[in-house]
Amino acid sequence: MCDTCGCNITQGNRHLIQEGGKHAHTKDGKVAVEVLQNLLSENDHQAAHNRAHFDSHQVLAVNLMSSPGSGKTRLLERTIDALQGSYRIGVIEGDLETENDADRIRAKGVEAIQITTGTACHLDAHMIHHALHEMDLDQVDILFIENVGNLVCPASFDLGQHLNVTLLSVTEGDDKPAKYPVIFRAADHVLITKSDLLAVLDEFDPKQAEEAVRQLAVTSPVSLLSAKSGEGIDHWLEWLTQQMSEQAQRRAAGETASPKIQPDGQHLHAHG
Amino acid sequence: MHELSVCQAMLAQVEQIAAREGADSVATIVIRIGPLSGVVPDLLQQAFTIARAGTLAAEAELVTEVQPIRIRCLACDAETDAEPNRLLCSACGGYRTQVISGDELLLASVELDIADKMAETPA
Repeated sequence: MCDTCGCNITQGNRHLIQEGGKHAHTKDGKVAVEVLQNLLSENDHQAAHNRAHFDSHQVLAVNLMSSPGSGKTRLLERTIDALQGSYRIGVIEGDLETENDADRIRAKGVEAIQITTGTACHLDAHMIHHALHEMDLDQVDILFIENVGNLVCPASFDLGQHLNVTLLSVTEGDDKPAKYPVIFRAADHVLITKSDLLAVLDEFDPKQAEEAVRQLAVTSPVSLLSAKSGEGIDHWLEWLTQQMSEQAQRRAAGETASPKIQPDGQHLHAHG
Repeated sequence: MHELSVCQAMLAQVEQIAAREGADSVATIVIRIGPLSGVVPDLLQQAFTIARAGTLAAEAELVTEVQPIRIRCLACDAETDAEPNRLLCSACGGYRTQVISGDELLLASVELDIADKMAETPA
């Protein structure tokens, strides 16, 4: 109950609002109700439900975001190859059409649920909830959600994941973080992918790309990686393993984590 | 184009409030948006003209209050303006900043028409 979101309006105090009490009304007789709720509160509510669901099944949920063709599925294939045997992996794939990506994951012997969004440019918490009905989370340690390839819309929707990973392939240009700040600001880890192509792409400077991320006051790691050559894969797997153990600690303490939008003072890099 | 999804979510919330208050219709919806929310006010307005049809807000006006980006530096404590793609402290240049305004996506308030109840109530 509070004084800002309207949740405290009851039969008993409604007259305060409607008769010109402190909750006010406008001159032309309309009733003004102050709300101050997140515009996506329904999505956020569902996302919190999903997150609680992941936590109760001891699952770490990681949301992968990037533009189309930056190598999300290829990274997942490589990750599955490396982690199968250590962790049980599940994948939710988001695309406008086709089961192509889910088929690639299934070919690795991993359960994949394909969400085809039709024309929708992003996944939302309700779509994830629906997909979760098809997946036995007791058989999963890490759930990867491969969002719709899009550097804009997915950033605005909480799915219930614990972590966001944003990919930027070297073919896209090192200024993308400056052009699409919202999605890079939401990243708990920025992966610069297809690093094997750097040899022929001298216009992409990984340092510039990282600098553009840092300009957003993002302190998350920025890593160079190639799912093809294997460069940076060990580092990525170490990070994932570290996240698994941090998630286990949080669970033991009855806590959870949401993607890091706001830098946490304790984990900030010094300037320089 | 996710503005249509945002708009539909907003209208669902507004209709809940209107139903709870016994309103006949919604006159005004006021929202606060920051550039870092990833939602574009103009596109939201366009989506609104489509999404409001058939709802209690079919005749409503959507007012968007765009919030400036303001950051607080955790190193030098300065509060400064910032650009969406440059969120460093303007005073000391530090990375250790917190966004204090500019990332909101809030339903601030709604104005409702509650004709009958207003008429019954003496001023």
